[in-house]
Amino acid sequence: MKRREFIEKTAASTALLSLGLSLSSFETNEIKHLTVLHTNDVHSHIDPFPADDPRNPNKGGVSRRAALIETIRKENPNVLLLDAGDIFQGTPYFNYYGGELEFKLMSMMKYDASTIGNHDFDNGLDGLYAQMPHASFEFICSNYDFKNTIMNGLVKPYKIFNKNGIKVGVFGLGIELDGLVDKKMYKETVYNNPVEIAQDITQLLKKEEKCDLVICLSHLGYKYKEDATKICDLKLAELTQNIDLIIGGHTHTFLDKPTIVKNKAGENVLVNQVGCYGINLGRIDFYFDKNKSHTNQGKSIIV
Amino acid sequence: MVKLKKYNGFLKLFVIFLTLFFIFSCSPKNYNVTKIEGKQLPVTEKDNQTPEIENFIKPFRDHINKDLDNVLAYCPETLDKSTGKWQTNIGNLLADVCLQKGNQVFRAREKKDIDLCFLNHGGIRAILPVGNVTTRTAFEIMPFENNLVVLALKGDHILEMVNYMIKEKKPHPLAGMTFTITRDNSPKNILIQGKLLDTNKTYYVATNDYLANGGDSMNFFLKAVQKFDLNYKLRNVLIDYFKEVDTIPVPKDIRITEE
Repeated sequence: MKRREFIEKTAASTALLSLGLSLSSFETNEIKHLTVLHTNDVHSHIDPFPADDPRNPNKGGVSRRAALIETIRKENPNVLLLDAGDIFQGTPYFNYYGGELEFKLMSMMKYDASTIGNHDFDNGLDGLYAQMPHASFEFICSNYDFKNTIMNGLVKPYKIFNKNGIKVGVFGLGIELDGLVDKKMYKETVYNNPVEIAQDITQLLKKEEKCDLVICLSHLGYKYKEDATKICDLKLAELTQNIDLIIGGHTHTFLDKPTIVKNKAGENVLVNQVGCYGINLGRIDFYFDKNKSHTNQGKSIIV
Repeated sequence: MVKLKKYNGFLKLFVIFLTLFFIFSCSPKNYNVTKIEGKQLPVTEKDNQTPEIENFIKPFRDHINKDLDNVLAYCPETLDKSTGKWQTNIGNLLADVCLQKGNQVFRAREKKDIDLCFLNHGGIRAILPVGNVTTRTAFEIMPFENNLVVLALKGDHILEMVNYMIKEKKPHPLAGMTFTITRDNSPKNILIQGKLLDTNKTYYVATNDYLANGGDSMNFFLKAVQKFDLNYKLRNVLIDYFKEVDTIPVPKDIRITEE
């Protein structure tokens, strides 16, 4: 009987305790802070530009970027570090080592994920595959179907990161390969319509998976003046909903500040890109709370 | 069954607990974004180095630098792409080298000869400075990964190519062909390998894969009847050539003349 009494008491107190805890966790309105850091089109620029470079003297460099990221991590450990593709090609580091250093350094800086840019095919699918063991971060691309290639299973269509209780859904979009990348490089990789894919994935991430934040890593390009029909980040933002942030690449666009675009549902979407070659690091800070009364007030965006 | 009764109290409590637990855990727990701040942080010399990263890169950097600084040849004068109106010494050298090295591959593979080489002026990304020529020089002149390709072009389309050159007024690299521009801006005396252009003949033209795909609006290349990718990067063509020669010859011949 003593054993039963013990079980009853323990069960009761556990139940009460859990009840108390779960109630109390709803009473406090804790504000959560997530820092999204991002790069794009680094193109194998591991060393800073030399001091006599006519365009970007003394700019960039992985070692300095790592230090900057570390400083930010000390300030707020809740960091999501992302890249929007074209990690490869641009300096002899790539020609000599095929991207090994790029992936290893990104792993050392604790990148969470990257999408795939057209230049990441520059050594073919085999060249990309060969470097995969050097990357401890995720590769995310939703509209390239690698099913019939050597890369099958190595690239995720999306990934949900739990950052200190915040559910962040990240998906990726790649640019049309035909005409841009030699077929012998991308082989049987299938390019799917980015807008259609984005609509499906965002529905899944926001409605079914109930992500608090949805980020699109895009290598579609910011905008095409000469071809207004070509899909780009600004258009993608307008044509979709449930995306909070589009981190772009490909066009090497330097923006003074992130662009705010109204999406299909009339909500604000942030579109950002930070040029190229690791000259800049993008930083977007998100503040969250659970207070329901905020839901309809909207959010303040300071850029 | 009697024994179960004794558990009733516990069971009741357990059910209440479960119910409450599920009510709370099933209720939407979503966080709402209240504020977003975006900015761009420049990476400059003001940022510190990361010793761990520096130490990791150093052996790779040292190896590349040692290799890139390897002296391959000697250049007696600076070759520059801004040296002429219709041809430049560096452009002509590049076209000569591509024709010569490309022919080694093309002859071995296809048992045919390349007739001429035509590249783009914009593809030359640096000068070839006087003094020691290193692998780095080749990387600077030719940073892109373009392959050398050979296209089979009809004589008509060679004529289109000549008209393109006259219209563009740029000193594009050219080898294996010469012609004269008349006062009314039309071509005459077009010679390929020293023989007059035959518009019915098929010629083999070496160029890079970027142009072969119609880059720089070189649409005449899209009309090629056959295409051979030599799988030979232009930069490697250059490096292999530098390794072969001791002193770089400076091409001074006139390939395009104006009346």
